[in-house]
Amino acid sequence: MRAEFAQELTELAERDPRIVLLTGDLGFTVWEDFAERHPGRFFNVGVAEQNMLGLATGLAEAGYVPFAYSIATFASMRPYEFLRNGAVLHRLPVRLVGVGAGFDYGPNGVTHYALEDVGLMRLQPDLSILTPADPAQCMAAVRSTGDIDGPLYFRLGRASEPVIGLGGRFSLGHLDLIGEGSDVALIALGTMAGEAVAAADELAVDGIDATVAVVSNLSPAPVADIQALVERVSLTVTVEGHYVVGGIGSLVAEVMAETGGQGRLVRAGVREMPRGETGSSGFLNARHAIDAASLTQVVRKTLVRTEG
Amino acid sequence: MSDAAPALARDVRQLIIEQSYRAHVGHIGSALSVADILAALFAGILRGEPGDGERDRFILSKGHAALGLYAALQATGRLTHDELASFCGEGTPLGVHPEHVLDGVDFSTGSLGHGLSIGAGAALAARMQGSARRTYVLLSDAECNEGSVWEAAMFAAHHRLGNLRAVVDANGQQALGNTRDVIDLEPLGERFGAFGWSVLEVDGHDTHALSEALTTASDDGSPSVIVARTTFGRGVSYMESQLQWHYWPMDEKQYAQALADLAVGAGA
Repeated sequence: MRAEFAQELTELAERDPRIVLLTGDLGFTVWEDFAERHPGRFFNVGVAEQNMLGLATGLAEAGYVPFAYSIATFASMRPYEFLRNGAVLHRLPVRLVGVGAGFDYGPNGVTHYALEDVGLMRLQPDLSILTPADPAQCMAAVRSTGDIDGPLYFRLGRASEPVIGLGGRFSLGHLDLIGEGSDVALIALGTMAGEAVAAADELAVDGIDATVAVVSNLSPAPVADIQALVERVSLTVTVEGHYVVGGIGSLVAEVMAETGGQGRLVRAGVREMPRGETGSSGFLNARHAIDAASLTQVVRKTLVRTEG
Repeated sequence: MSDAAPALARDVRQLIIEQSYRAHVGHIGSALSVADILAALFAGILRGEPGDGERDRFILSKGHAALGLYAALQATGRLTHDELASFCGEGTPLGVHPEHVLDGVDFSTGSLGHGLSIGAGAALAARMQGSARRTYVLLSDAECNEGSVWEAAMFAAHHRLGNLRAVVDANGQQALGNTRDVIDLEPLGERFGAFGWSVLEVDGHDTHALSEALTTASDDGSPSVIVARTTFGRGVSYMESQLQWHYWPMDEKQYAQALADLAVGAGA
């Protein structure tokens, strides 16, 4: 997804002279083309995320649209206050780009697992959050958000497989639905869409019809779409490579509580600090019960309990 | 060019004392500390008016001296008397720390360590746009405890942002004591020099020396910093170098004494 993001941004910068790229010394084999084609608008600011966000604020006030790139944990947490008191407070078109959603960084360990970035970003008013599920949707998201005046946060995954059935769709303020099942809704945050689709396929074998909803953007949250979706199923399961607090599990719970939703909600997400146990992202997703097999299991168990 | 600066500094001090007394708030010592620096900047250094994209940018990174900035804005006609009189009132944008919604305040500040990196971005933007505008950032000395100041210092020096000028209000005091006792910053000028900055040290209450330093570009295109040696609470006898005036508001007697001190200073 990084490669496609870089490709799209490099093209966009061809047409939009306001675009400037700042990187916190990350993006080997990602940014070379941008740097070559737009040398005056590419700055490796070094390993200094706070300064990167301060620079972005000064640049944006003068009319630029700076993209500030790092690994999602470093991008979202170290300079968080600079983002708040800078781009958010001044309503400037800074684009913070964090790579590595959830356990994407696998064996790199806990410092590289973005498990609270979406929650942190959701706290900031008027900060748009983009969580594309696959490369095609990521490119569409970059194209569709070029003219947004306020700040954005892009959460990029590392995987490059397309999500089957999504077809590169992206619509701001909306969920992207895959399937029309009326038994269960699987609401997935960005890159977890693949696990949700796999779970839906497995459930279909048992005769359980699922709708997969991909959350590719939050803030403004797709509240109306969530409300409509949860009203037509008896069970909603959210899944995210993120702590259950603050992410889309929280969002859906908020929507259901505020709109009087009657259905059952199960939130699949990370519930403890993953200390002392690394591995591949697949291993960790299973370990924290956010993979397709875990989702399938939780849906079966919950439906049996509800119906029995 | 700085003939107007001493008179402006007197006006700024007078307004600081009047408004902090009226609003019954502290941070008086910090504002008095930078009165002459603000006067030098606003008496001819800063070019352009609010709203003009080509104006010089000014960032009060030590946001807790905002009353000094409001006073300078009012004394130079950028803020009305009524606006200034709303300082620390209900629903006013004029709080203890400044907000950019006010004309003349380019960036909101209040959290130390943020301003120099914004300034480096503003200076970089000016260079990329081929603009001659400059960016000035006023920091406190204790603010240099923040690592982010040095991140910005490294970046500005590496990119030779000669259009960026920082002033450090070196009054030697911070919230809980003397800087040399809390976290010793000295030799502050040499430290900036080691980071690749051009350094000038001046008496931070000499508006003529400040104006000269502020108009002196480095020879080699490096960013420049003025280490302005100042006295906390300058101009009010009982506040000078007294830590409690980071916090306390004045009572009636203290207010009268402050006005008397300023009158003596003005006559001197």
